[in-house]
Amino acid sequence: MNLEDLTIDDARQAVASGETTATALAEQHYDRIVSQDVEIHSFLALSRERAMAQAKKIDEMAAKGNPLPPLAGVPVGIKDVLVMRGAPATAGSLILKGYRPPYDATAVAKLEEAGAVLLGKLNCDEFAMGSSNENSAYGPVLNPKALDRVPGGSSGGSAAAVAAHFAVATLGSDTGGSIRQPAAFCGVVGVLPTYGRVSRYGLIAFASSLDRVGPFTTTVKGAATVLQVIAGKDVMDATSSTRPVDDYVAGLTKPVQGLRIGVPEEYFGEGLDAEIRSAIDGVIDGLKMVGCVVKPVSLPHTKYAIPTYYVIATAEASSNLSRFDGVRFGLRAEEANTLSAMFRKTRDAGFGAEVKRRILLGTYALSAGYYDAYYRKAQQVRTLLTHDFLTAFAEVDVLVAPVTPTPAFKLGEKTDDPVQMYLEDIYSVAASLAGICGVSVPCGQTKEGLPIGVQVLGKHFDESTMLRVAQAVETQQASREFGA
Amino acid sequence: MKEQAGVTLEDVRRVAELANLELTAEEEPRMQRDLNAILGHIDQLNELDTSGIPAMAQVGEMLGGTLLARGEALRMDEVRPSLDRAEVMSAAPDTDGRFFKVPKVIER
Repeated sequence: MNLEDLTIDDARQAVASGETTATALAEQHYDRIVSQDVEIHSFLALSRERAMAQAKKIDEMAAKGNPLPPLAGVPVGIKDVLVMRGAPATAGSLILKGYRPPYDATAVAKLEEAGAVLLGKLNCDEFAMGSSNENSAYGPVLNPKALDRVPGGSSGGSAAAVAAHFAVATLGSDTGGSIRQPAAFCGVVGVLPTYGRVSRYGLIAFASSLDRVGPFTTTVKGAATVLQVIAGKDVMDATSSTRPVDDYVAGLTKPVQGLRIGVPEEYFGEGLDAEIRSAIDGVIDGLKMVGCVVKPVSLPHTKYAIPTYYVIATAEASSNLSRFDGVRFGLRAEEANTLSAMFRKTRDAGFGAEVKRRILLGTYALSAGYYDAYYRKAQQVRTLLTHDFLTAFAEVDVLVAPVTPTPAFKLGEKTDDPVQMYLEDIYSVAASLAGICGVSVPCGQTKEGLPIGVQVLGKHFDESTMLRVAQAVETQQASREFGA
Repeated sequence: MKEQAGVTLEDVRRVAELANLELTAEEEPRMQRDLNAILGHIDQLNELDTSGIPAMAQVGEMLGGTLLARGEALRMDEVRPSLDRAEVMSAAPDTDGRFFKVPKVIER
């Protein structure tokens, strides 16, 4: 099979019809990974034995003519912050080197139950902290669309693996933009589900009030299919919602005519790349042409999203990451003769610079005398940021905006200046803080050939409408490319 | 960015100790510089008057009452099988098979 335009539907259909087998499809993907990922470095570990056992099971079902589950034979990859029984789980960190967890994350188990073939674990920024994948202790991922560029982060491996056709779909995690931004940089679809829509059981925690799990695919329909599988209540995650899961795939067939599209003026200010602005303008014009009603809206607290995020996310991280202490799993510094020295030496050897920076910042923000000035203040501004969205969503059904201020930047370009790197998330963190859903959809490329993404943001738990608009964008983009 | 009033090297060392991190002599000034740069950016939040604005811990609270408070999101608290002990202990850096072994706790 030609892997370069293989969608989830194609893969499942080819397995069901006998055109190929799940085994052959998995082998083909592994061959491609082995020959081409040397350059991209998206995979950290392959789970060949488990993948081939699952493929065989699917092939036996297909041979018997049994009805096949929705992801039957679909090769997928998993960001290395989600645990997979028996496979290494590093979170891109040395502190977890050698750790093989004894259980599956719920999202991972659900994919496999739905017939997906789990190819392996994908590279990412250490503990999902980063916007370029340069913070992985195992080396950076390169952008398959431009090898001198970063793939974005923190789910850089997940985006790159789909863009390079090493997997038909992947899972990533998004705390402040870590799915949408790499999707935009690599030219693939990436979904941030509503907070509580997808279980985080088995996700190595970074900032628990923000962390979410979501899919990467090449098409919006593929993303809807995967989201449908992984969404829903999980008794192992008390923050997962009991709300029924919509039929996202069926929802895609509804018309977009009459939908109200909000365009937030604060997302088009100074600093936005001219080519990205013009691509987003093109998307908005296209949505008007298919009968959407476009309205300007204001999200007045947008400029405070980054400072708010970097207080809340680091405060939560400083608490969550205290569990990495050399006692139960992973690295332990050997040369310590007291418990407290063992903690400190293990953490010093195991954590990279960005992780230490964020732990220090979060600890500082939570420490006596600073708690009200930083942490409580940020939580209050978080309320204002969320109200901005709720107010806008009283007038419109979705928001359309850029994902990133610039296209993929060069490796090393921003590593010396953490504030510059953080500002890369300027259009993505507000949605993370507010808990709403979002998707990044490819909408063209720069003259240099770098992918551009557009962000469609939806109301809490209204992934259906959001995906429907995303698909309209995708359809238009396809006809634009076909026309050109 | 604030110059003198910001985070001192002493602050960096104190916070590192709270966080159970041991920084090298080279790391300390770099972390001091970075924390000051980031906190300088964070100081923008002081432009906003937030008196009377409720603090938001997570979004569930904003969506018509917390599910958690009504208990519907919680599973029954009952005894059920857990992870296999031998499998869990085999991931530990040092264990006797039943307990995690660590260096001396009381320093004397």
